[in-house]
Amino acid sequence: MTTNNSSMENSTQVPEHCPGTGSEEAGKAAACAGCPNQQICATTETNKPDPGIALVRDRLKSVQNKILILSGKGGVGKSTVTALLGRTIATTDHDLNVAILDMDICGPSQPRVLGVVDEQVHQSGSGWSPVYVDDNLSVMSIGFLLASPDDAIIWRGPKKNGMIRQFLSEVDWGHLDYLFIDTPPGTSDEHLSAVTYLSQAHLTGAIIVTTPQEVALLDVRKEIDFCRKTNIPVLGVIENMSEFICPSCQKSSEIFKATTGGAATMCQELNVRFFGRLPLDPKVAKCCDQGQNFYDVVPDSPAIKSFENIVQELKKLTPVSVVVS
Amino acid sequence: MLDNVKHIILILSGKGGVGKSTISTQIALTLLEKGYKVGLLDIDLCGPSIPYLLQLENCDVHQSDNGWIPVYTNVSQNLAVMSIGFLLNNRNNAVVWRGPKKTAMVKQFLTDVHWGDLDYLIIDTPPGTSDEHITVMENLKNVKCDGAIIVTTPQQMSIEDVRKEITFCKKTGINIIGLIENMSGFVCPHCTECTNVFSKGGGESLASLAHIPFLGSLPIDPRVGELLGKACVKELSGSTSAQFFDKIIDNLVK
Repeated sequence: MTTNNSSMENSTQVPEHCPGTGSEEAGKAAACAGCPNQQICATTETNKPDPGIALVRDRLKSVQNKILILSGKGGVGKSTVTALLGRTIATTDHDLNVAILDMDICGPSQPRVLGVVDEQVHQSGSGWSPVYVDDNLSVMSIGFLLASPDDAIIWRGPKKNGMIRQFLSEVDWGHLDYLFIDTPPGTSDEHLSAVTYLSQAHLTGAIIVTTPQEVALLDVRKEIDFCRKTNIPVLGVIENMSEFICPSCQKSSEIFKATTGGAATMCQELNVRFFGRLPLDPKVAKCCDQGQNFYDVVPDSPAIKSFENIVQELKKLTPVSVVVS
Repeated sequence: MLDNVKHIILILSGKGGVGKSTISTQIALTLLEKGYKVGLLDIDLCGPSIPYLLQLENCDVHQSDNGWIPVYTNVSQNLAVMSIGFLLNNRNNAVVWRGPKKTAMVKQFLTDVHWGDLDYLIIDTPPGTSDEHITVMENLKNVKCDGAIIVTTPQQMSIEDVRKEITFCKKTGINIIGLIENMSGFVCPHCTECTNVFSKGGGESLASLAHIPFLGSLPIDPRVGELLGKACVKELSGSTSAQFFDKIIDNLVK
């Protein structure tokens, strides 16, 4: 299965001052004059709820906890933390079914982190079958649909929106206890689409990932503001790369200095839960680059111990009830 | 609006958090130190970092007959800055916009800012290959753009996204000035042992694979991130980072 990748959309499709298809002004504003879709907007057809919302709700009925991993900032470890969460839960409790959905369309990282780079997604009667990393850990990413790692997805918003809808409504996950949704940085199309499509699917909440320095916290505060504006419960904040333990002298140093008190202070200011800190361990980073399970390779890493504490707290917040079938 | 701008340089990376904004800021400040008149445009709408990095967070943009007047870092007006950060009331506010609105904003930044005479305009971008990038590329088609500097960190996870950015440049005809590998090693302040926190050499091998110039690798130096508006070449002169920026800019202005 392939998508029409690397294609570029006609950028003149949307008028510059388009009021938005859901707006009261849709089809009536000055900017709408001459837009090929003016008629459709004017009939308020576009104000009806997206049929995708119901599809997503039905598809995700068998998923207990749906958790978004967010961060306003890029490169803070969203994908790594998502993979660590999935791996930790799947490895420590074989009865739980976990899945990861990679919603980063322009920079998918999950296939690499989970070591399934060359896998393919197959279509069946009940939808797309995700790629299984382990018996109880599956993953879906646009990376599986690209022919070459050099392929770029040069898409504007509406096309990304369509892909996200497909990911949420057409993947055959089966019964899941946890679905972790990895997102790209920012507060834009992917995030809004996810929130819209999940609006009736009982989204459990969001985990926010950050690094300690102010330049990251600045963007993360915006992400928390986004969650409040869109009514997503913030489960808590994880501070990644808090300290670096030198492998030769075992002493700790701060690479990304918390000049403004780091995530803990921000959490107090904004009144959200602080899950804890994760040290920067080059060995764990290397495992992620090579797609290995760090539980097999570096089981004694301090990062894993910190992580297990976070997972325990997360499990308390998101209980898994036993399904009687 | 960009008629009087002699050189335009884009700073790109498919990956976030690799140091695009820090490098953009230092490139602008180094050019300034060398006596050029510089503009710095931040088109990261959801996560603008430039106002913080230059300590201009409470500055306002003013409107004039000629368009928006950018924020200047000092009275001699040699460094002009524009960012959506200047237009927000509160630094915690999120800009929750879909593509078309972002496109309109980026277009305004490119067409409505009165930069005046500039030797260099540095454009800092968000991660990805989407709305902001397509818009910039389209709007710069008719203007002389020198090309893009691509930033990566050495680990595979970042390299993979950056490969996509290189494809983007090649597909859209943006010239690639070269690739910078950032965060390529951390010297422990206790024992001076250099650890490759995010592995090493990924940038150089990517550059040779993609047949683009490799501009060099920049080690992690926490001091650079804390300079906040001061030029690395001046404040930390003699450091590896300062030598690096010195060399990059000398090559650039040649």
